Amino acid sequence: MAERSFAREVEKLRLGAGEEFAGEGILAITKALLQCGVGYVGGYQGAPISHLMDVLADAQDILGELGVHFEASASEATATAMLAASVHYPIRGAATFKSTVGTNVASDALANLASGGVTGGALIIVGEDYGEGSSIMQERSHAFAMKSQVWLLDPRPNLPSIVKAVEDGFELSEISNTPVMLQVRIRCCHVHGHFIAKDNKRPPMTVADALSAPRRDTGRIVLPPASFLHEKEKVAKRWPAAVDFIRKNKINEFFGSDHGSVGIVMQGGMYNSVIRALQRLGLADTYGETDVPLYVLNAVYPLVDDEFLSFCEGKQAVLVVEEGQPNYIEQAFAAMLHKAGRGTRLVGKEYLPMAGEYTGQVMLDGIGAFLRAEAPHLLPGEVRAPNKVGDGIDTADLINVVPGRPPGFCIGCPERPIFAATKLVEQELGKHHIASDIGCHLFSIMPPFELGATTMGYGLGPASASAFNSPDAKRRSISFVGDGGFWHNGLTSSIGNAVFNKNDGVIVIVDNFYSAATGGQDILSSRASNRTKSTKHPITEAVKGMGVKWLRHIDRTYDVGKMQDTLREALTTEEKGPKVIVASSECMLNRQRREKPLVDKAIKGGERVVKPKFGVDEDICTGDHACMRLSGCPSLSVKSLDDPLRDDPVASIDQNCVGCGNCGEVADAAVLCPSFYRADVVHNPGRWDRFLENARRAVIGLLQRRRESRRLTFADA
Amino acid sequence: MLDQSSPVRPKSGGADAERVIKLAVLAVGGQGGGVLADWITDVAERNGHVAQSTSVAGVAQRTGATIYYIEMARDTGRLPVFALSPSQGDVDILISAELMEAGRAIIRGFVTPERTTLITSSHRIAAVSEKIEPGDGRASSAKVHATAQAASKRFIAFDMEKIAADNGTMISASLLGALAGSDALPFTRESYEQAISAGGRGARASLAAFGAAYDRARGAAVPTPVPAEPAIVESALGAGRVTGPQNLLQGWQAQAARIDLMPVAVRDMALRGLRKVVDYQDIAYGREYLDRLDKAVAQDGAEHAHALSIAAAKHLANAMCYDDMIRVADLKTRSTRDRRVRKEVGVKDGSILQVTEYFHPRIEEFCGTLPAGLGNYIENRPRLASFLDRRINRGRRIRTDSFAGFAALWFIGGLRRWRRRLLRHRVEMVHLERWYALALGHAPQDYALAVEILNCRRLIKGYSDTHLRAQSKFDRVLSALPMLNGRQDAADWIRRLREAALKDEKGDMLDGALKTVATLNDSNAV
Repeated sequence: MAERSFAREVEKLRLGAGEEFAGEGILAITKALLQCGVGYVGGYQGAPISHLMDVLADAQDILGELGVHFEASASEATATAMLAASVHYPIRGAATFKSTVGTNVASDALANLASGGVTGGALIIVGEDYGEGSSIMQERSHAFAMKSQVWLLDPRPNLPSIVKAVEDGFELSEISNTPVMLQVRIRCCHVHGHFIAKDNKRPPMTVADALSAPRRDTGRIVLPPASFLHEKEKVAKRWPAAVDFIRKNKINEFFGSDHGSVGIVMQGGMYNSVIRALQRLGLADTYGETDVPLYVLNAVYPLVDDEFLSFCEGKQAVLVVEEGQPNYIEQAFAAMLHKAGRGTRLVGKEYLPMAGEYTGQVMLDGIGAFLRAEAPHLLPGEVRAPNKVGDGIDTADLINVVPGRPPGFCIGCPERPIFAATKLVEQELGKHHIASDIGCHLFSIMPPFELGATTMGYGLGPASASAFNSPDAKRRSISFVGDGGFWHNGLTSSIGNAVFNKNDGVIVIVDNFYSAATGGQDILSSRASNRTKSTKHPITEAVKGMGVKWLRHIDRTYDVGKMQDTLREALTTEEKGPKVIVASSECMLNRQRREKPLVDKAIKGGERVVKPKFGVDEDICTGDHACMRLSGCPSLSVKSLDDPLRDDPVASIDQNCVGCGNCGEVADAAVLCPSFYRADVVHNPGRWDRFLENARRAVIGLLQRRRESRRLTFADA
Repeated sequence: MLDQSSPVRPKSGGADAERVIKLAVLAVGGQGGGVLADWITDVAERNGHVAQSTSVAGVAQRTGATIYYIEMARDTGRLPVFALSPSQGDVDILISAELMEAGRAIIRGFVTPERTTLITSSHRIAAVSEKIEPGDGRASSAKVHATAQAASKRFIAFDMEKIAADNGTMISASLLGALAGSDALPFTRESYEQAISAGGRGARASLAAFGAAYDRARGAAVPTPVPAEPAIVESALGAGRVTGPQNLLQGWQAQAARIDLMPVAVRDMALRGLRKVVDYQDIAYGREYLDRLDKAVAQDGAEHAHALSIAAAKHLANAMCYDDMIRVADLKTRSTRDRRVRKEVGVKDGSILQVTEYFHPRIEEFCGTLPAGLGNYIENRPRLASFLDRRINRGRRIRTDSFAGFAALWFIGGLRRWRRRLLRHRVEMVHLERWYALALGHAPQDYALAVEILNCRRLIKGYSDTHLRAQSKFDRVLSALPMLNGRQDAADWIRRLREAALKDEKGDMLDGALKTVATLNDSNAV
């Protein structure tokens, strides 16, 4: 069950012809798939396409009615390999994942798929996680399209355009027997907009039909001699077919004046930012009407030579707006002009930065500079010679004031105590080489924990520590991997590898019952029952099956003491081979989402419920903040006391505390201070509860009154 | 299509086009910024506008700074081309769900004096970097308030988190209220409320918070908070409420009367100190406190505004009220504490409160609570000490709402009567006298230095290892005194060293600063 429920969004998938769809871009794509009569969809979650997976997971009924097969694939490689169903059969299939991380994983399957080619339309929807808010390395999906010679669509970032791109993509794929990649950037995936829906289409051939009439064609299998023919076929047959389709169907668009001395070429995804820059330069209106000739590449690979050359006709200079590097498109266009012996000057990265996101300011500066240099006559006077630039507010000293706010563990996160324990063990045994993985647990690299030296990919934490395995080593390496990464490929690449190579390191598997970082999707080891998936497969069993001998399971990560002892044992035991610790506790974000309504209902319903919350005795806390250096929990913060005798702010726990227990456990394990207390409120207590309570309060009250009657009491003390 | 030679008409915002309203929301992950963005989009659409909202969801936003962006324009039947992210100097309304995020927005250039209405909640969510400093690492809110005033066209700031909490909902509701109240958007209050109601779940609480924030935003701009001046205490007699048995009250009055003999400037702090030590031990302890304080007052004068006496009044009290097991047990068994916990946790009638305390006593605390002789005896025998430690040193969870748990702490709290004979007291008093004598000793030659030495007491805090680290920082700072001997800027250097010591856990910055001090005199020689 995902972090978010898409029950409402799912209904939008039922919209029929002429009805208006309103919602997120990524959901529009989902709807478009059904309108295109897709036969099967697979993918792996991860921002920005998690919602596509989540909504389909919640839409089993609709998919069932249409005979569409949906799979939450084990990895991006699995999802792409799934497209093999379109090799021999005229079935439209789609795979979706985060890029470029997912594309990296998928590229083996992608290369094979691209070599043999497809019969049914094969669409790969990549959610581009580039620029602000990105959590991955900054690379281009473009390179994958080029190396495997699959086509790459990069539509303008509005719902009608991306829905059309899905339709075009399938046709293009079928006509050119080539898989097609559809690239949507992160903000486009999460953009809220509208488009007019069409009826959903039942696939003309379902996977069931295909299974009942199997086909094969040796010529499509990647093995010599066929594989050599595939390469020839790519350039001789598939490429021209693709170029013709793009030209005939006007996939790429022209805007603005049809003749002028300058022009701008851009990736479709850049269109809105280019228009915004032109609007701010006084050269475009709210609706994108402009005098500047624009050539918008909704298909960025392959490029259409004659289309581009005719755009350059009679132009002195053309600016290429291409986000990311290397600037493949600009290079290709430059080559075209050169070979065609044209005089048009091609510029791009001269005016725009080679690397980094093309933000509004970057566009304004770059396009402004280009036009000032190449076509000043177009620019209104106030733009050509502005009176004042910049806002004039000096923020220099503010920069030193405002603290950075990187992402971190949520309130009550079960991973926090794991790293608190690790930090405590390191205080005893000294620093160790720690290899991190992909997932929420990667937040350990930041304050207050600052644990972890590298991250080499999903499920590759322990693999990335495999070199550190030497008989003369005094210390062992520690590596982390989440349950998501474990099932993605950690089981073989990390655990299997460690067993086989007799790695002596310590491996901690962080098991929070979900693929939590991507939005809480279920995975094999999830504890919840899932109507359409098989869950409850313990990680411990899989690890044993891989041949791990030293295995410990901690079923409550909040037990910092136990976590600490287990880590210490793993780091010091005489036993050889990988030491694997599976640390399990449910992701608090998902747990709260699951339990909160139930608890509230139970309390209203008069059931006996015990609700925990932590607190700090402010007159016992000395304000040394040692607890926060082992926590970083958002609800454990600092507050000033209204007492001139006290200089430093004391610890304080706010109302968002979920009573996970970390504060008390850490205070105990690290021998910090007695300021913390856990307050359990018993709602709707039973008869016995009340009897005991009354008796206790009577005695305690007696003792308190006795003492307080023999001392001075200060009103505010 | 126009010919390039035709005159260029200014288009953006021109007569031929509807103006695009640009609104950005900066929030901290988990604050419900997504809900706010959806509401605003809904309100715009209810008011005949086309709106587009974007965000960046995903792990990179968990508890971190995140941004939502909305553009809207009157619906003319044509689809405007909206941008997907805010641009510097091109934002009409900026909503910030936390004060430092408003600062971040200004730094990123999203706030411009000519056009931007800046709406921010004035509350703080301390970033990890602010929390982990041993001292006070919090950023200056005043600085952000000041810059925001100058950087924005309109600045609306008040504690919207509190309004939300008071109404039992999320800050998104009060932020929307502030937006509606600001009239920065051409929409009616009703349309906002309809958007909230359409949301369904928790709508009533949201509407209440919305309303409260709406009214607040319509009120005058909120003045930035100014720190309260220390109270002027004319007479310590009868200041504050003191209750207790007659004989003790008389004893109290006798001591309080002594404060009235001190300079007015010292009285407030002295009275607070006296209350603290008497509350900690007894009236006799209060007498000891004033006896010590008198020494400082005697050396002091108005020419220094009695800084020495005030620092002494403050830090003597803290030094004398060291945190031992007795102190902790006493505080945790008071009726006032019980009431405070019930208030904080919000225990309703009919429900029961159970309180678990986390203790982890070690041999050190145990010996500290023994008669000095016995305590010393054990501490001087390592094997015996470690034998006992193995039995004592473990986490103990004590239920102070149970008979046994409460009784145990109540008993320990009762050891107060014998505190003066216990080992910890002896150790603390020796340390106190050495420090206090050191400070007053410097007063005649270097008054400022004496004050700074007193202030170094601030360094001593925490329990067990943390307390040891604090002690060592204290000693390391004062170890610089010989090197600073006779320097004009000695006081400044001690202050700098103390501030460095409060920057990190181990005191690395302090060691760095000490190295600098060590080089001072030879660099002067050069």
